[in-house]
Amino acid sequence: MFMEVYLDNSATTFVNERVIELMNRTFTELYGNPSSLHRKGIEAEKLVKDARCKLAESLSVSPAEIIFTSGGTESNNLAIKGCARSYMRWGKHLITSKVEHPSVLNTCKHLEEEGFDVTYLDVDERGIVDVKDFIEAFKKDTILVSVMYINNEVGSIQPVQQISRTIASKERCFFHVDGVQAFGKLLINLKRDGIHMFSLSGHKINGPKGVGALYIKNGVKLKPLFGGGEQEKGLRSGTENVSGIAGLGKAVEVCIENMNAEIEHMRKLKIKLYRGIMAEIPDVKLNGPDPEDSKTSAPHILNLSFLGIKGEVLVHCLEEHGIYVSTGSACSSRKTIQSHVLKAMGLKQDELECAIRFSLSPYNKEEEIDYTISKLKKVVKELKQIMRR
Amino acid sequence: MKGLYLIRYGEISLKGENRPFFKKTLINNIKKVLRDRFLQVFKTHGRVFIEAEGDEDDILKDLSRVFGIVSISPVVETGLTLEELQKAGLKAIKDYGTYEGKTFKVETRRPNKSFPYTSPEISRLVGAHILKNTRNLTVDINNPDILINVEVREKGYVYCKMIDGPRGLPIGVSGKAFLMLSGGIDSPVAGWMVMKRGVEIECVYYHSFPFTSDRAREKVRDLCKILASYCNEIILHTVHFTDVLKELQKKTPESYLTILMRRMMVRITEKIAETRKGMGIITGESIGQVASQTLYSLNATNSVADLPIFRPLIGFDKEEIIQKAIQIGTYDVSIRPYEDCCTVFVPRHPKTRPILERVEAVESGLDIDRLTTIALKNIETEKIMSN
Repeated sequence: MFMEVYLDNSATTFVNERVIELMNRTFTELYGNPSSLHRKGIEAEKLVKDARCKLAESLSVSPAEIIFTSGGTESNNLAIKGCARSYMRWGKHLITSKVEHPSVLNTCKHLEEEGFDVTYLDVDERGIVDVKDFIEAFKKDTILVSVMYINNEVGSIQPVQQISRTIASKERCFFHVDGVQAFGKLLINLKRDGIHMFSLSGHKINGPKGVGALYIKNGVKLKPLFGGGEQEKGLRSGTENVSGIAGLGKAVEVCIENMNAEIEHMRKLKIKLYRGIMAEIPDVKLNGPDPEDSKTSAPHILNLSFLGIKGEVLVHCLEEHGIYVSTGSACSSRKTIQSHVLKAMGLKQDELECAIRFSLSPYNKEEEIDYTISKLKKVVKELKQIMRR
Repeated sequence: MKGLYLIRYGEISLKGENRPFFKKTLINNIKKVLRDRFLQVFKTHGRVFIEAEGDEDDILKDLSRVFGIVSISPVVETGLTLEELQKAGLKAIKDYGTYEGKTFKVETRRPNKSFPYTSPEISRLVGAHILKNTRNLTVDINNPDILINVEVREKGYVYCKMIDGPRGLPIGVSGKAFLMLSGGIDSPVAGWMVMKRGVEIECVYYHSFPFTSDRAREKVRDLCKILASYCNEIILHTVHFTDVLKELQKKTPESYLTILMRRMMVRITEKIAETRKGMGIITGESIGQVASQTLYSLNATNSVADLPIFRPLIGFDKEEIIQKAIQIGTYDVSIRPYEDCCTVFVPRHPKTRPILERVEAVESGLDIDRLTTIALKNIETEKIMSN
């Protein structure tokens, strides 16, 4: 039996048919420039407006608080650089964690060069920030805190609400949350969670690549990353990516239709996958929080080390059976590019090299999980024989 | 744009009886590289004129990669009056680039004796015309920066730019050899050096998916593409090697794995070569660079082949190889981080002094013929064209 099983949904996802259908129309009929005065322009503007409303509705915020970008990376850059540069007169201290996405970490590194002071919080062996560490790091001149909701490599859920409480106790500090992996996977309430900025991306939720959004709470003033025709309230100049934005809007609509049931579905599959692997395959180590704990563990990401088997080799072996997963680190005999997340969690060298990430989407099916477990069992057994020395 | 190019070739002119064959091969290779841009060819003693249509810079770049060519000059063609020669001389220097502050000299050849001026007269008159119509340019008869050549034949030809070719011999005059191409820095350079001696090459790559990524294979394809820019197209044979590796891994001591793997690769390459008129095997080995490249190891791999194994990099150190790789354009692809042989199959402590008898003893437990047959059944062959 051969099946194609895509379990790399945290890397990217396929595009939903309804999204494609709408996007197709933007290429052939609704192709206007939203800035044009004529009817074609108005049609296009309406598409962007609809998408903005859908996003706003899904996050229970006002449409005026949504800015469209080219994706998660740009949203993170705009939020962090835009906020830090705008409010530097209040202070120059930022707090983030060691397990953030590179688009956050490298942006912070960049700001350090501009004279900002950044605290990178440690995480525990589950990949979770300790709120005590955060409170300790929090200073008078802290103007921005940036923490991801769900870690993309191990699926840990950060204590966003507790962090926000500390921030709320102080004036003049903003809270940015990278929600690229969290949207559609958690019930998010930006107002309750005291979040000032929230990044999300289209292609992680069965939407198109090259489009994302940033929620910016009313009243927060950001410095734009670049100048131009002042679209998106001057924060994101450049003719709107109407097709992408419309696609993102539709993807959000589809994503939240049955979100609660889908979250349950993903978690069920993830637990099944985890239990199945642990029962069938020896020498497997869990990286990340306990999959059964829905408070700390995301419903869709499972990271395991198959000890003694290089991650890259396992990826390619599974690929032969139609199963697509990803590694925690890329293998190369000369240089191992190591996962900063797994390193921060204290994994040893041999555990790092053997890490595999499974990431689910609402579209995965139970039989796919059964198939994956059975193929994994077979492949790992074969590889153990080859790598016995 | 139509243009005329003067091609000078070096070594070919030394090859007595074979000269027509060498020259014909060179012209064929030029035609292949220029494809539909080629219009016609004129042969004269020791040189070839090519008429081609297209962007001059592109044509010069492509011609500068044809082995056998020593240098190329774009030529201004003109009618046979003094005025026209003078005009062409002026155009040539203006096309040359920045000439201000430089020195020049005009040199004339006049095989067409019906032209009413002598060679020294033509040089003087064309030079005078150029001096009159330019600024900040002076004459230096002994050591000029720019040499303007005027040739008076059935037409007039004027040129002054000279672009280096790669030299060597035209590919196809020296038979065919098989390059064991990995994704590394060395083997493409080794292949290039043998190609330069007029040898046609086909590449053999050993792929061990899933232990190495398909990106490694893509990298090898990209390397072939660069090599193909010197000869228009390259045949690449990808040998699916995983089953052989697995068996070697299972049945032999770890420390012998590298040497046994090399021996299998040479055997398989030779078999492929035999069916395709190959007369040699090329590797990128250089003495002592890694464990599999000591004299002991080279001996142990050499002994499985009847065909000669060419190792053009044998005396190079790594830095010299890197410089060459940068020069021929393969370096940037070679350093992409996908390995051709994943660490699974690299022993921790490989034998650096594999004694041949011992290697053969270890190998006697294997069914070499069967393994070779398995590999030969799992080959994909493709043609890779230059861009």
